[in-house]
Amino acid sequence: MSTATRTPAAARRSGADLLAVAIKVKRYQPDRSDKPYWQEFQLQVEPKDRLVDALNQIKWEQDGTLTFRRSCLHGVCGSDAMRVNGRNRLACKLLMKDVGTRITIEPMLGFPVIRDLVVDMDPFFAKYEKVKPFLINDEPAPAAERLQSAEERARYDDTTKCILCGACTGSCPSVWANRDWVGPASIVNAHRFIFDSRDRAAGERLRILGDRNGVWRCRTIFNCTEACPRGIHVTDAIEEVKRAIMYGSTETE
Amino acid sequence: MATTTEPSRPAAPRVVAQYGASARPVGGTAFETFSWYFFRWSGVVLLFLVIIHLILMHVVTDVSMTTYTFVQHRYQNPFWRVYDLVLLTLALLHGLNGLRIIADDYIHTRGWRVFAQSVLGLTVVTFWLMGTLTIVMFPTK
Repeated sequence: MSTATRTPAAARRSGADLLAVAIKVKRYQPDRSDKPYWQEFQLQVEPKDRLVDALNQIKWEQDGTLTFRRSCLHGVCGSDAMRVNGRNRLACKLLMKDVGTRITIEPMLGFPVIRDLVVDMDPFFAKYEKVKPFLINDEPAPAAERLQSAEERARYDDTTKCILCGACTGSCPSVWANRDWVGPASIVNAHRFIFDSRDRAAGERLRILGDRNGVWRCRTIFNCTEACPRGIHVTDAIEEVKRAIMYGSTETE
Repeated sequence: MATTTEPSRPAAPRVVAQYGASARPVGGTAFETFSWYFFRWSGVVLLFLVIIHLILMHVVTDVSMTTYTFVQHRYQNPFWRVYDLVLLTLALLHGLNGLRIIADDYIHTRGWRVFAQSVLGLTVVTFWLMGTLTIVMFPTK
């Protein structure tokens, strides 16, 4: 079955407008060596192939040991965030024609590396859970639903888009320096509930984020905003949380 | 939670107590928030204090002229003593805060972090006492 799905791709790659690319990957195979090493792969790709297609091509046709996460392949699951030419990107949202012919791929910084491009996301999710990323409201539920106006919904719309790929957190120099720092992704997800009119635990989250490893460790470097594959204005969201702590209010303007 | 909602039941009144104007951090200490805020305004104030200090002491007055008698003359006006004390205090605390945060970021062992911050704190207190003593006690005669 698997060959049936791969053969057309190989046949498709026989056209004249193929790109010859060199992909340099930072490998880490703990059962072979304690140290990471670089390996370069030469391959032919279609201009409209995605980077993840190129990685699959390497894995399926050149080196089956190349390890990386991918799942939905459509920029929704957030599995294949990696450092491409020094910037965190989703491999499934990058077209080969846009990424150049010499590509350097590393696992995201700021995370422990498990194998090749696979990083340990456990600390990331532990920090995510720390900000209580769920609706908290102990008031008796109304008969139908907790109503919210379009304006109230728009207030936190941007931060609902997060797919928890970790690209922002892995691009943040404050995280590289201090892995205990809560990081941009957690603040984005806290923002999503702090500014939700139905939620009642803004004060609790603002206390968590006002601590030593909370929002004040953000130095507004903007790497997170640049890295976000969903186009979330991450630094803006962090600044809004800072302002909410500072002025004791989640109201803007 | 277990009670089933009856169709006739009125909607719960909207409570905005913890949302909107009064969503303050609940509990914890406000030290980090204060430190961040202090960092900002002290930086702005220092910018002016330092530029004025530099112009007066190094541009308008040649460095070779800033002698003991010059300072004596200058300190006859208590304004400059207050000015220098504010400059000294803010510069030391602003610098301390920056180094404290760097220590927070890069020293991950609790013991070493407390040690580094104690050394920092003691250094700042020592420098502040020395400077304050000079500013306050400098004889004008």
